[in-house]
Amino acid sequence: MKIGVLALQGDVREHRKVLQDLGVEAPEVRTTADLAGVDALIIPGGESTTMGKLMVEGGLDRAIRERAERGMPVYGTCAGMILLARAAGGGEPPLLRLMDIEVQRNAYGRQVDSFETDLDVPALGPPALHAVFIRAPVVERVGRDVDVLASLESRPVLARQGALLVSSFHPELSGDARVHRYFLELVRQRQEF
Amino acid sequence: MADVGTAKLKRGLAQMLKGGVIMDVTTADQAKIAEDAGACAVMALERVPADIRREGGVARMADPLKVKEIMDAVTIPVMAKVRIGHFVEAQVLEAIGADFIDESEVLTPADERYHINKHVFKVPFVCGARDLGEALRRIGEGAAMIRTKGEAGTGNVVEAVRHLRAVLDGIRQLQATPEEELMTVAKELGAPYELVVETRALGKLPVVNFSAGGLATPADAALMMQLGCDGNFVGSGIFKSDNPAKRAKAIVEATTHFNDPDVIARVSEGIGEPMKGLDIRSMPEAELLQTRGW
Repeated sequence: MKIGVLALQGDVREHRKVLQDLGVEAPEVRTTADLAGVDALIIPGGESTTMGKLMVEGGLDRAIRERAERGMPVYGTCAGMILLARAAGGGEPPLLRLMDIEVQRNAYGRQVDSFETDLDVPALGPPALHAVFIRAPVVERVGRDVDVLASLESRPVLARQGALLVSSFHPELSGDARVHRYFLELVRQRQEF
Repeated sequence: MADVGTAKLKRGLAQMLKGGVIMDVTTADQAKIAEDAGACAVMALERVPADIRREGGVARMADPLKVKEIMDAVTIPVMAKVRIGHFVEAQVLEAIGADFIDESEVLTPADERYHINKHVFKVPFVCGARDLGEALRRIGEGAAMIRTKGEAGTGNVVEAVRHLRAVLDGIRQLQATPEEELMTVAKELGAPYELVVETRALGKLPVVNFSAGGLATPADAALMMQLGCDGNFVGSGIFKSDNPAKRAKAIVEATTHFNDPDVIARVSEGIGEPMKGLDIRSMPEAELLQTRGW
């Protein structure tokens, strides 16, 4: 199984490290040719405006949309969550519009308002998940087919729709691989179809 | 229950900037051009380094009103510069909500012996360095990100190359050094022992390391990435060139696709004249900015 990490900009290395520690091949994806060689994709944290523009420039937006519509699992963290959303408030970058969620960018404020906290995630079981929020977006509206896996102050911060997974926080920074494991499980289930 | 201003959060924002280009801007309009070109952050300042160099005088933190205008104009993170050791300028920038502070040798130092204690701030800091010892001293003071200094405002990449190679050579030497020699190495580097040990184990700096100071072309940007930096600062190189919007976009693409000569060739075509550069060997020692910092 190969899980690509979109390597246009952002914390690519951190995601690859978590995946490699879990024994998974994690090539960088910069082009449509790179994308063709992977079974699933992680869109990392970074600047959604930068990633969105670079995605369009190389035709990766169309290629990712096509693959995802045919069932390729995609996990987006922070900027990745914004790019997967149907709509984004607070300045909209070029979006993939794959998932039925509406997000608000920089919803908690500026960098001085970034925070770390513990989240209850029933799908992962105890203990609480330590979560790192950096200039993080929140989900403002979710569609009927979206499962909210965790919320903070009653706003969704971890959600899933079919083979799409999003988090407003950065599991790749907290040293707890459970969200990545959850995504791997999702990819495995898809492959069995 | 929630923690703010932790080292993880401060270093984390720098991690989100990796693979990107941070551009110097002096107006809200320039900030928009930078954002549209794909910059991952902007650096708000009163004058770009090339103008600071030309006009002389004391270079200080930008007017807070200007920084706020730039913050209002874009959604990407906004950085701003303070003078070395000027912790009150830093308090001002933290108060208005700047996302990152650059304690920068490009401005006139306010303290010729001590840098800011960056641990006491919630906002992250980036600092310049010319070699491993300087980088680790700044991290020891709380810097959440390092940029190799280069020689700002020259449009000449030679010093950026020299400083990045010096930092990376320092790390490689550390990895070849037996453990019992590390305390003496720390003494010689003038760096905290714990950070020397950590850097040796990681095989890289414990924080993100961008290059800076003299980058002017897409090929310059890709050169620095291939040498091994995490991303690029481009200062005067964009808004002192013929066609800032086109050049900015080309430098962003060259930074992402730094290993693909076809892309670098394509984006380098027909983007107008780069800024006119300076030959650093012909510059008097007193005009160098890189020697500021202790």
